[in-house]
Amino acid sequence: MSGDDRLRIFLVDDHAVFRSGVRAELGDAVAVVGEADEVEAAIELINERVPDVVLLDVHLPGGGGQAVLRGVAPHHPEVRFLALSVSDAPEDVIAVIRAGARGYITKTISGEELLQAVATVGAGDAVFSPRLAGFVLDAFADGGGGSVPTAGLDPELDQLSPREREVLRLIARGYTYKEVARDLVISSKTVETHVSSVLRKLQLSTRHELTKWATDRRLV
Amino acid sequence: MDVTLVRIGFVLLTLGTGVGLLVYALAWLLVPLEGESTSILSRAVTDRRGIRMVIAIIPLLVVIQIVTAALHIGYLGSISWPVFLAAGGAILIRRNASEQERVWINQDLMPMLHTGRDRHSRRTVLLRVAVGVLLGIGGLLVLILGHTTRAALRPVGGALLVIASIVVVFGPWWISLVRDLISERQARAMAEERAQMAAHVHDSVLQTLALIQRSADDPHHVVRLARAQERELRSWLFEGRPPGTIGQEASTLAEGIGLIQRQVEADHGITVQVVVVGDCALTERLRALLEASREATVNAAKWSGATQVSLYAEVDADMVMVFVRDRGRGFDPGAVSGDHQGIAQSIRARMQRLDGSAVIRSSPGAGAEVELAMPRLEHRS
Repeated sequence: MSGDDRLRIFLVDDHAVFRSGVRAELGDAVAVVGEADEVEAAIELINERVPDVVLLDVHLPGGGGQAVLRGVAPHHPEVRFLALSVSDAPEDVIAVIRAGARGYITKTISGEELLQAVATVGAGDAVFSPRLAGFVLDAFADGGGGSVPTAGLDPELDQLSPREREVLRLIARGYTYKEVARDLVISSKTVETHVSSVLRKLQLSTRHELTKWATDRRLV
Repeated sequence: MDVTLVRIGFVLLTLGTGVGLLVYALAWLLVPLEGESTSILSRAVTDRRGIRMVIAIIPLLVVIQIVTAALHIGYLGSISWPVFLAAGGAILIRRNASEQERVWINQDLMPMLHTGRDRHSRRTVLLRVAVGVLLGIGGLLVLILGHTTRAALRPVGGALLVIASIVVVFGPWWISLVRDLISERQARAMAEERAQMAAHVHDSVLQTLALIQRSADDPHHVVRLARAQERELRSWLFEGRPPGTIGQEASTLAEGIGLIQRQVEADHGITVQVVVVGDCALTERLRALLEASREATVNAAKWSGATQVSLYAEVDADMVMVFVRDRGRGFDPGAVSGDHQGIAQSIRARMQRLDGSAVIRSSPGAGAEVELAMPRLEHRS
């Protein structure tokens, strides 16, 4: 790839060691156009440089990853965010997704997978790690998983279609999009469509479990 | 002779005639403490300042005698004698008590006079005593002046008022004693917690850091150590499970899956990526399912050659499913003999014995996936 075609990446993380580690892992495949270690600086620099993808730490001093999302999204909706975290807490992950991130991966991800995830988000699709898929299945569970089916929900937004459920289950089992496509005998593009649709539901749903997590943390 | 027996004897004497109390007080004054050569009394007669202080309150006694005589309330004058004698005695005793007794007086008796740490303590003490005295007098009045028709109620009401007065006078003292006890206990609990935390951090984090430093030239081993430590620390911080309880049995499916993850990661140096959807309490069937899952995970860790194994568990309304997947070298499930076949059989047999099922999907070069399904007994009635 020539320089101008490469994805322009911005890193937001309060640990310098981690930022340089990610830089090294990304290598020359993408162009890192800037870094920030706290919310204010991140918002200012991202609005100024308008990168393609922002790698965003969920736990950030000064308001967390959500604060950066809220500071950028109104000005530059075209900037895409990929959340990174060491945290396993579902509410943190759900909160940053609901604030507008297009995906969530854990910091233990390999360099190759990281590049893949950045490219997927850069292309406008959603990145679901197995863990995120598990959280979503949990949050949208129809009984059995402990939650009772709730009446009065918008079925369009508050329930997963059987196909979406199948796709998420395979992702949670550790399948890549390509493997999901092969297993379900559909195209990779269709898998991405399903995942993006789940992401949209995640962001717009009024489902009790989702709003509860968010309000508990005063993030709505 | 046991000191408790002596005290019980004096209490019985006191209950009988009241002489016991006097004798006990005299004995306390006259008999030297064990390990001391002089008694309180012998020290008190040589305590010139103390004697001067006692003399200083005599004018007050005289004034009260005159006032009470003028107001024809002689009984007040007559009780003021013993009160003043007691006050003088208390001053001398406090000044000349042994070190041990002074500690007891300061800690247990003095709080009666100044309970709070606040500045208004003296005023509140006066108020308290005044209210107590009023209540006491009220109680006596009820006892003495009550109407005959309420004859039965009178003694009860009086007694209640007397008790109320005691509570008002002594209550804050009791409370302050309890408060001291509580704060002392809290301080001890905090110190214990800190020590426990230090021990945990030492046992887990510091040990691991030392191991990491020693094996700095083996990146694979370092990653494994860091990963195991991260798991343990996280389960301690977020799930409240102290480090070192890995061997303890899990009580829910998700805990059991987490246990498998930690054990396999520690034993085989691979990453086990766990996703659990839903949770439920463990039954005999689900324990068998966990055993089979562990077998499948260990199998993948040992034979696949992959660095990561995915472990996915889903709790349904009437079924629990577990998927163990790796992207390793794979094998042909229908054709292999030896270890693969043996383990597959043991997993399958274990599942089928309890109405579960096991399906193994693999082909050479394409990794492997073991699918385990177990019905939930309690939902089949």
